[in-house]
Amino acid sequence: MSDLSKTPSFLDYAPAPESTSILHLKKSYGLFIDGEFVKGHGAPFLTISPSSEQKIAEIANANSRDVDVAVAAARKAYDRTWSRMSGADRGKYLFRIARLVQERARELAVAESLDNGKPIKESRDVDVPLVAAWFFYYAGWADKLDYAGLGPNPKALGVAAQVIPWNFPLLMLAWKVAPALAAGNTVVIKPAETTSLSAMIFAEILQQADLPAGVVNIITGAGDTGEALVNHPDVNKVAFTGSTAVGRAIAKSTAGSGKKLTLELGGKAANIVFDDAPIDQAIEGIVNGIFFNQGHVCCAGSRLLVQENVHDEVVDRLKSRLGTLRLGDPLDKNTDIGAINSREQLDRVRELSDIGEAEGAVRWSAPCVIPDKGFWFAPTIFTNVSTSSRIARDEIFGPVLAVLTFRTPGEAIAKANNTPYGLSAGIWSDKGSKILAVADKLRAGVIWANTFNRFDPASPFGGYKESGFGREGGRHGLAAYLESAGWGSGK
Amino acid sequence: MTRLTVPKTYKLYIGGKFPRSESGRTYEVVSKKGVFLANVALASRKDARDAVVAARGAQPGWSAATAYNRGQVLYRIAELLEGRREQFVEELIATEGASKAVAAKQVDTAIDAWVWYAGWADKYVQVAGNGNPVSGPYFNLSTPEPTGVVAIVAPQASSSLLGLVSVIAPAILSGNTVVVIANHAAPLAAVSLAEVLATSDVPGGVVNILTGSPSEIAPWLAGHADVNAIDLAGAEALDWVDLMVTAADTLKRVLPPEAGVPAPSLERIVALTETKTVWHTKSLI
Amino acid sequence: MNALPGINVVTSGRAIVSTALAPAERALGVLGGDLTERSLRLHLEGLPGVDAVGLEERAAALGTRSIKTTSKAWALNTIIRLIDLTTLEGADTPGKVSSLVAKALTPDPNDASVPRVAAVCVYGDMVPAAVTALGAAHGDPDAGLVSVAAVATAFPSGRASLRVKLADTEDAVAAGADEIDMVIDRGAFLAGNYGLVFDQIVAVKDSCRRADGTFAHLKVILETGELNTYDNVRKASWLSILAGGDFIKTSTGKVTPAATLPVTLLMLEVVRDWYRLTGERIGVKPAGGIRTSKDAIKYLVTVAETVGEHWLQPHLFRFGASSLLNDVLLQRQKLTTGRYSGPDYVTVD
Repeated sequence: MSDLSKTPSFLDYAPAPESTSILHLKKSYGLFIDGEFVKGHGAPFLTISPSSEQKIAEIANANSRDVDVAVAAARKAYDRTWSRMSGADRGKYLFRIARLVQERARELAVAESLDNGKPIKESRDVDVPLVAAWFFYYAGWADKLDYAGLGPNPKALGVAAQVIPWNFPLLMLAWKVAPALAAGNTVVIKPAETTSLSAMIFAEILQQADLPAGVVNIITGAGDTGEALVNHPDVNKVAFTGSTAVGRAIAKSTAGSGKKLTLELGGKAANIVFDDAPIDQAIEGIVNGIFFNQGHVCCAGSRLLVQENVHDEVVDRLKSRLGTLRLGDPLDKNTDIGAINSREQLDRVRELSDIGEAEGAVRWSAPCVIPDKGFWFAPTIFTNVSTSSRIARDEIFGPVLAVLTFRTPGEAIAKANNTPYGLSAGIWSDKGSKILAVADKLRAGVIWANTFNRFDPASPFGGYKESGFGREGGRHGLAAYLESAGWGSGK
Repeated sequence: MTRLTVPKTYKLYIGGKFPRSESGRTYEVVSKKGVFLANVALASRKDARDAVVAARGAQPGWSAATAYNRGQVLYRIAELLEGRREQFVEELIATEGASKAVAAKQVDTAIDAWVWYAGWADKYVQVAGNGNPVSGPYFNLSTPEPTGVVAIVAPQASSSLLGLVSVIAPAILSGNTVVVIANHAAPLAAVSLAEVLATSDVPGGVVNILTGSPSEIAPWLAGHADVNAIDLAGAEALDWVDLMVTAADTLKRVLPPEAGVPAPSLERIVALTETKTVWHTKSLI
Repeated sequence: MNALPGINVVTSGRAIVSTALAPAERALGVLGGDLTERSLRLHLEGLPGVDAVGLEERAAALGTRSIKTTSKAWALNTIIRLIDLTTLEGADTPGKVSSLVAKALTPDPNDASVPRVAAVCVYGDMVPAAVTALGAAHGDPDAGLVSVAAVATAFPSGRASLRVKLADTEDAVAAGADEIDMVIDRGAFLAGNYGLVFDQIVAVKDSCRRADGTFAHLKVILETGELNTYDNVRKASWLSILAGGDFIKTSTGKVTPAATLPVTLLMLEVVRDWYRLTGERIGVKPAGGIRTSKDAIKYLVTVAETVGEHWLQPHLFRFGASSLLNDVLLQRQKLTTGRYSGPDYVTVD
């Protein structure tokens, strides 16, 4: 952002607000169970806009009794309707949902930005189109499960319990619901506490699609709602995206229960920039890797591993590039960096950044003007970071980049792999043989070469090691929701 | 007084447009009861030639579209077919002498078959392609690609709409473009299908439909050097062995005749693709 | 590809001979005293590669900026100020040029607040007509006057002897052209004769010298559509700057693709890097295919966010365009009147 004390600057673009008049928000939302909105029996809570701290709506809170009702609805729908329906018909429902998402795309994007804090540019151009694409893609699998690679006529698991995070609320919902339904399961899904709004509008879409009651149930609430859900005895499958700490707890509590489990957890991805990288695109890739979605991305390129002989040049160019990033109102179409999702998350990012400074790393932040209200953190780079620094090891989940160096490809690989996480990695080089050999050796489930943060419903996504297990997207994404022939199918 | 109708003119569908045959010829289509229905264009070899040119012209763009995009386009066609359901039912009743129930079932089956194929556009590569674990420091990937321009003899017995859908959809979802010889006795559904295509997002030239005589036109397509494959699904009543011999001159990929309407099949999609295998060295130093 | 010093590298059956290139200040500064075909080639081939997918995505992202209200008003006026209003047809006549000049001076006869364009761009033999038509308004755009830019060097193909190309240039300069838009020898470039391309630019720059020792400004047209790859565009951009160009220009407008946002972004990145290296500012001119205000605004955004707003001035950025001006006027009319305008409310020049 340019200095406001100078004469009016073109780069101070005039406000370009996306109107919220497209929304028809309710004052309060209920739980979506068995095709209807019903009252929750826990204490309702407010969802606020993290950019203004203003209240948006009241959200229902599902207690364990509500969880029972939701699971029972899913079970009934599975037994009586969904498991008896042809794959072709399940597919038609999913096609309808995809189309309705496309029709209400703008509304969903505005709601998402308002509730989550992410720039409208991202929810409009990335999140919501991917949501529609995910439903389109899996719609086509519903009647082709014989070809999934799991044997002829693979069976659904039954009722799936799904808990999703706040960073891509509607997209994470699509990643969970679409394959589950395509494979023939019914679903009880719990959105994150701070970001339930888009899920509530999605529930309206399910009604417009005339989806049979109980096939998808959306129960809002906090951590205890999620816990009750994943531990419910009548659930056949658990899918969780969120922190590694909670993932561990779920793995422990579902051990021996016979429930199939997939987890998509945290990451501390290395973005490796070689001296023969296409330099301007590498800078964009670094920026995209850690500052897209305010760094609230499990697969964020939060460690820059730059070849030592180009370190200074890369850091220099990176800082120049950050000078045109615009931080501010998520609903302004020119905003690049939105609000941090919650006060809690902001505190965590600040805390870890302070630790980074205390450990001796050199801190530099983009010169952004921070608004008075709301939760904000300027894009920040740490140089002089060592591999043992907390900021090189811990997932910060914010717009904070740790910069480290390497001398040889082998050393880059060793440093990149030297983490309990293993979700993603980036490789920047103009040399194909090197890219492919490095990719071979990186222990990460998603590897981006000369690009970053690319998602597609046809492309499997998931981690190694403590970043979780199982894959979402692609043909591989069906495996989580079907019985595998021959093993692991019984209780 | 009953209202006077405005009868439709039935023309060829080439390059996204509806020309009459360059030969000026037509043939009479009558209902099963012998009532005059329409003068339908009788395609000539030059029309077939023009259709191949249109198909070839459209092929690079269509195959360059993303698989997601092609799937969306195909799904939209299904939406349009659904919207025109009554019209198709009427035409099948008239041309095939089917009862309303039978005609409706055919139309519904055709729409559902189209939806089934639409869903394959962004998936068949994942099933028919794969990485290969070769011995050596090489990345190795096999991927099916569309073969190019496909000539098709649509099923000639009953089920004119379903037959047409069953041969067109599997060919184009992967990025091929097609020249189709419609059902000779019951060509109206083909032209109505062409109208649906013309109002959909499918680019002109991706599907070209010739109404006329399969025995006259098929040999020209079988011998045409700029056609990559020929699907003889509906050629059972023709000298199809001769057609295969002609096709062999340019080593076309050939799909043999089928009795009745081809069932939905992944094999049909893959048979009209070429598998490309790419090797790339891998080295850290 | 990366040859060791003292070893001739053989490509396409010809050895790269160590011929000394014509002296060019910038090149001497960057490459050192050993200014040869080989040293130039090594430098160009050592430049970082361009990932086309990433470049095009960055350009598309810049194109999503939403420029409204006051920003839009400023942008529209700025676009006008940066236009080289162009006519380059075989059928050009003094009458046509005169009409173009009238439009350049008074784009909208009903609105005196509309600024003037930066220059008119014509074939070399039409320069006298342009100069005559401009009269007292002929001069520096920074002073509110309008320059005359002439295409030269056997524009657009460049396929003629150096003697002819230099004569073309000299004639235009003598007739009063302030700026020369030359074309590089794309054939020589694609054949790897970087030294030849370089020498021609140096020679043309020399032909831009006037009797009083001042120089006409030299814009070097790369014809990016024929260079085809972004890597080639990067190399040609550096080469043109090293050889003395004041501006690098995308296209003649006679070949498709002409200017595109990604290729212009790439050239701006080279100009930015040149500035980082030397502190010197080079201009950029996208030409051909920019017809709408919407598109032109994307270019302004791209300039501002790549090299900085300082470049949004006539001596550092131009649009080579003809129909763009009318679209900008229509947009201006909408901003002032609040309603959509139409072709009857702008003039045909």
